[in-house]
Amino acid sequence: MARAKAAKQSAKPLFDGAEWNFDSLKNIYDAVEEIGAGELGLNVYPNQIEVITSEQMLDAYASTGMPLMYRHWSFGKHFAREASQYRRGARSLAYELVINSNPCISYVMEENSALMQTLVIAHAAFGHNHFFKNNSLFVEWTNADTIIDYLAFAKDYVTKCEERYGVEAVESIVDAAHALMRQGISRHPKRLRNLTPVKAAEKQERRRLHEEENFNDLWRTVPKAPIDESRMDPDELEGQQALGIPEENLLYFIEKYAPRLSAWQREIIRIVRILAQYFYPQRQTKMMNEGCATFVHYEILHRMHQKGQLNEGAMLEFLHVHSSVLTQPAYDDRRFSGLNPYAVGYAMMRDIKRMCEEPTQEDRDWFPDIAGNGDALGTLKSAWADFRDESFVLQYLSPKVMRDFRFFSLHDEASERIVEVKAIHDERGYKRIRAGLAAQYDVTALDPDIKVTDADLSGARRLTLTHNARNGVMLDRNECDRTLRYVAQLWGYRVKLVEVDANSGKTLREQEALPMP
Amino acid sequence: MHIIDRRLNPKSKSLGNRQRFIRRAKEEIRNAVNKALRKRRISEIDASEKIRVRSKSLSEPSFGLGRDSGSRDFVLPGNHEYMPGDTIAKPPTGGGKGGKDGATDGDGEDDFVFTLTRDEFLDIFFDDLKLPNLVKAKLKDVRSPKPVRAGYSADGPPSKLNRVQTVRNSFARRIALRRPKTETILAAEAELAAAEAEIAPDTAKIALLREKVTRLKRLRTTIAFIDPFDLKYNRFERVPKPTTQAVMFCLMDTSASMSESLKDLAKRFFMLLYVFLTRHYQNVQIVFIRHTSVASEVDENTFFHSTETGGTIISSAFEEMLKVVKARYPISDWNIYAAQASDGDNASIDMSRCIELLDEEIIPLCQYFAYIEVGASAGRSIVWDAYEDLVDHHQHFAMRGVTSVDEIYPVFRDLFSTSERT
Repeated sequence: MARAKAAKQSAKPLFDGAEWNFDSLKNIYDAVEEIGAGELGLNVYPNQIEVITSEQMLDAYASTGMPLMYRHWSFGKHFAREASQYRRGARSLAYELVINSNPCISYVMEENSALMQTLVIAHAAFGHNHFFKNNSLFVEWTNADTIIDYLAFAKDYVTKCEERYGVEAVESIVDAAHALMRQGISRHPKRLRNLTPVKAAEKQERRRLHEEENFNDLWRTVPKAPIDESRMDPDELEGQQALGIPEENLLYFIEKYAPRLSAWQREIIRIVRILAQYFYPQRQTKMMNEGCATFVHYEILHRMHQKGQLNEGAMLEFLHVHSSVLTQPAYDDRRFSGLNPYAVGYAMMRDIKRMCEEPTQEDRDWFPDIAGNGDALGTLKSAWADFRDESFVLQYLSPKVMRDFRFFSLHDEASERIVEVKAIHDERGYKRIRAGLAAQYDVTALDPDIKVTDADLSGARRLTLTHNARNGVMLDRNECDRTLRYVAQLWGYRVKLVEVDANSGKTLREQEALPMP
Repeated sequence: MHIIDRRLNPKSKSLGNRQRFIRRAKEEIRNAVNKALRKRRISEIDASEKIRVRSKSLSEPSFGLGRDSGSRDFVLPGNHEYMPGDTIAKPPTGGGKGGKDGATDGDGEDDFVFTLTRDEFLDIFFDDLKLPNLVKAKLKDVRSPKPVRAGYSADGPPSKLNRVQTVRNSFARRIALRRPKTETILAAEAELAAAEAEIAPDTAKIALLREKVTRLKRLRTTIAFIDPFDLKYNRFERVPKPTTQAVMFCLMDTSASMSESLKDLAKRFFMLLYVFLTRHYQNVQIVFIRHTSVASEVDENTFFHSTETGGTIISSAFEEMLKVVKARYPISDWNIYAAQASDGDNASIDMSRCIELLDEEIIPLCQYFAYIEVGASAGRSIVWDAYEDLVDHHQHFAMRGVTSVDEIYPVFRDLFSTSERT
């Protein structure tokens, strides 16, 4: 740092005060890019910065952050809630919103000050963007090139269905599919096929035409094997054989095998399923993603300050924002609402940098591979590329960070009236805390493990789901009842849910649901 | 890199979502509106409304792990006193539990509040309400015809004379009959004068010319400029025109027996009626009549906001109403509605007069007559007892009791809902 400081402090500040315009925004971007892409060597998708109003930001919030989305009442509900909280002042809006797409779209709000725009560009257009482009989960599971076009297709398709079949009919399918969104993910997916949306639309149209051409009312009276639907699609057939039961992706299974759905209903389920899959990596890497973006903006803004591109006032504003983003209240604080992904991610990444550059003996003991290797950025980049939250914690959480956060691990038996402290931040506790925290970031452990274990396609057509209750944690009763009804509605026949204890294999609970007539 | 200014993009991208949401939440919103109505002051009734909706009833369920079974481990930050092996009593169920598990993102499902616009509010409020029997002019009664132009006729009152057609006819006739023009006569006279003025008059020529002038003048008097035959009148046909103009009479008892709270009930009812009518019917006129022992027609402000007390003679209001009908709202042209609110108290000598008026005059001329009785004794008063007989032989007569503010909206819906009446 001292080196850089000595090198140059000659540059003129990019801006003075809070005002900005499109020219200064461009200058800011160029300066940030020079450091981000140049000095830090970040590898990013081309950027597209979009200036929006707070109203539009609320809109974007309501449609899960995407610029395009099909219409559904739940988005209206989220909008109403966000808007009311915002108007009451209970919640401030995000300064920025970034979409994993190519080009990478970052929304910045018009109300932001010049410094905030700098921060946002560094944070989103370089930090998140780098993460999206390089993290293996995103690379493998999402398709940044086509997502926007796919959304356009989805929106268009849902609108057409609403016109053709009525808003309510579409709504009931989307409701049911949304309820199963978290069970609509293949954890080990085949790469999403590189369908361009035009092709997707064409293919869908072909499917429909084929059906119309071959329509013969007589066939309706003949009992048909429900699998016929998918047989028509030879390149899907291949995946099908590998599939079989048990199937963890409920939406996929229903889309392919549900006996009574018509083609457009399957297509809508498919849209919901593809979006669920698209968002899945974001859930798995929330902490790392935010940590990465925060680390990047911190580096970039400091370097800009050293170059003299930011004046002292801007720097003070930056530090204020930066530190309030990173606040982590203690568990007994009134403001506590879980771990702050920004705080944990950023702390761990700063700590990796520290270990690479100024390791202590403890670091050398714990992390012989990276301690003192001198290449903090390289180490971080490989971490950003190859890990998700869970494995990142397991690999890189150091005793120092645990001490700083004063982490402690607790054990809770639902039947007991006390919780027990199992470990604190001491020699004996580090490993347990680290494993515990990693498990806490494991999305697969947070979602119930539900699989399709039986589907009687020829007889009573009953679908059986099995919940593998880890540690005896059963499904939330109330939610479960209503969700199961949605499953029954999609399946069209009786659906049974069995909850089985993962350890003993004992059946804990069974329940059934029938579709509403 | 592109920088795009999206600020001018169309706003309210989520309007479609909002409409879908409101349709979905209609039942909850209606309840909430009803609840809100109770708290509102009368003058605020048709302002826009903040609605508190339990998002639970609009929940989007999903399979999630429960909290009441099995065991779990979790890591929290900020330990400053605990050692391994310590135990911590769980907070009592309910409060505070959410904070325990740091990993779930705190997506709280509490009540949430959002504001309906005035239009959204009123739409939901008066959803499928309607003035009953608003068909008089359309189907039953064609006695309010409207004149419509229907060509010309040969006779009619002078005021309907069509001058263009008349003059056109006369012109044609004058040409056909060769009525001499003024200039022709003047020219002939000038010729005659010139001939007479000659130094050696040609008597034969003069006689000829004189005869010509005489003939022209005779022709001119016999062929009229405008003959009765030319006259054309605009003809109007009286075409029965369906109209839906309606008048609502609001009759309220403001006597001393009506306490402030009862008056408030009645006023709330009328306020609803007022908002409903002004919103849904452009042509509905409203006449406010309040009465004690005497009745008077007042404007809406006085009706809703003034205080006045006295004895009770209900028939005075009916008489006032009949007077207004006679003066301004001919039965042939108007759908007449009346709503009466009272605590059911009346001077007993007036009852027979009341019933007589209602039975023979008021109800027959009304499309619909609604009586609401306010107060704790609603349904057991002398008025109620007397009116009950009317229900049997007048289909257009309805009565309801209202004992608390809660019931106003349901009763109102009951009286004006479309589904019930066919």
